[in-house]
Amino acid sequence: MKALVPVKRVVDYNVKVRVKSDNTGVDIANVKMSMNPFDEIAVEEAVRLKEKGVVTEVIAVSCGVTQCQETLRTAMAIGADRAILVETDVELQPLAVAKLLKALVDKEQPHLIILGKQAIDDDCNQTGQMLAALADLPQATFASKVVVEGGQAQVTREVDGGLETLSISLPAVITTDLRLNEPRYVTLPNIMKAKKKQLDIVKPEDLGVDVTPRIKTLKVNEPPKRSAGIKVADVAALVDKLKNEAKVI
Amino acid sequence: MAALANILVVAEHDHASLKGATLNTITAAKACGGDVHVLVAGHNAGGAAAAAAQVAGVAKVLHADGAQFAHGLAENVAAQVLALASAYSHILFPATASGKNAAPRVAAKLDVAQVSDITRVDSPDTFERPIYAGNAMATVQATDAVKVITVRTTGFDAAPASGGSASVETVSAVADSGKSQFLGSEIAKSDRPELTAAKVIVSGGRALGSSEKFNEVMTPLADKLGAALGASRAAVDAGYAPNDWQVGQTGKIVAPQLYVAAGISGAIQHLAGMKDSKVIVAINKDPEAPIFSVADYGLEADLFAAVPELTKAL
Repeated sequence: MKALVPVKRVVDYNVKVRVKSDNTGVDIANVKMSMNPFDEIAVEEAVRLKEKGVVTEVIAVSCGVTQCQETLRTAMAIGADRAILVETDVELQPLAVAKLLKALVDKEQPHLIILGKQAIDDDCNQTGQMLAALADLPQATFASKVVVEGGQAQVTREVDGGLETLSISLPAVITTDLRLNEPRYVTLPNIMKAKKKQLDIVKPEDLGVDVTPRIKTLKVNEPPKRSAGIKVADVAALVDKLKNEAKVI
Repeated sequence: MAALANILVVAEHDHASLKGATLNTITAAKACGGDVHVLVAGHNAGGAAAAAAQVAGVAKVLHADGAQFAHGLAENVAAQVLALASAYSHILFPATASGKNAAPRVAAKLDVAQVSDITRVDSPDTFERPIYAGNAMATVQATDAVKVITVRTTGFDAAPASGGSASVETVSAVADSGKSQFLGSEIAKSDRPELTAAKVIVSGGRALGSSEKFNEVMTPLADKLGAALGASRAAVDAGYAPNDWQVGQTGKIVAPQLYVAAGISGAIQHLAGMKDSKVIVAINKDPEAPIFSVADYGLEADLFAAVPELTKAL
């Protein structure tokens, strides 16, 4: 059973981005880039399924600029067997990525596609569901537990108010939530090994996909600033402020 | 566009009644122009359909009923929306777990982009949405003919739940996809308000130290205030609070009248989920904690002393 794991290169979790002064976007020049944390969880899950003998091959895929190769090497250092980069300088939106992935699903015929529920840059939360729709596959989003058995995946999902469990027939798309697993640290020997693994590069044209953006960003602004209020001396002062100034209790 | 086309809102409901998020989504829909229709796809969901017909500003309710909608499976809900989609210029879902689950399937099948988590409607094709955990606000224009949108409920007021008198039209239900099956759920039963709809939220962080302490210290304060309970990611990761209590970029986005953060340092991802609250109170013993930079009232104190004292004083 093959698993396909799409991964995205994003601004690192710990970087506080700044809006550019001309309001055309956020400044991502010279900031640290990393694998989207949810995608890292997806790679870890696929590799664990391989270690359990459920999955036989883990293929990492990334769509974007040349530097996404670094992200793919990280995925292979975690344990992915090989990687595919769909290389383009065009700004990729979720629908375009889903179409590229659909083309790769047709080619590679994986039984499982595992990816992060959202990327922490555009916060869209779309790609997995779009891919599932385009490939006519069932989906289990926001997964916190995955059990694969007998052509089915039993997936526990994080929903509003608690958890729910679905059984979906494979092939299927699963998107990961935060608490599905804790990704391992990559070790130096595995980083060295990952450098020798196969990394193929294709172009969107090779896959017959038009990736033209459908959404135009007109401007990007700083969010309204919330300024710090006051410090109160003790609980009595706090209660007084809440009652008489803010009038919220 | 010559005449304003109609707008479809896909309702979130529990079959018997509408969920609050639907009301905020209806407000966003009204701002897009056209007549607002509401789809209720459910199982024995006459109650929810009747409730939708009462909402002020709704012109028509479409009710699709069947066991295949009993658990809101994304495959079936999306197929039902697609069966009706050709009549609409805009299709809106609340940006809740179920809305986020189904909406992109609809967009992909229509071959249109989706605009996620909108917080403002500037014009029928231009919307504001947060990116980078709300550290930037993007104004985006959707160029596709049909706009598929999820609505961040804290960005819009709730439409009045009464005052409307829309007709309810039964529409034929699509067949079950057969690819996905609901096995069960663990939804905590609680008398507390829902986190995303609560007027007051009491939220705890890693400083609580254990789930027992979390419960012992935070619950009485929540009881006293009639508040929902929330938590930081650190507290949830440590197992002090259930997953669905997490407030932040990847958890719940909340905007109550009063948000009390105890023992929460205030990582940007947490602030992203609560900084639109009307009044923020922070209780933390670290004077440098970033939470103080957004708090209206900060109390530098040990939460184990201050929170019980606050509970008593109320």
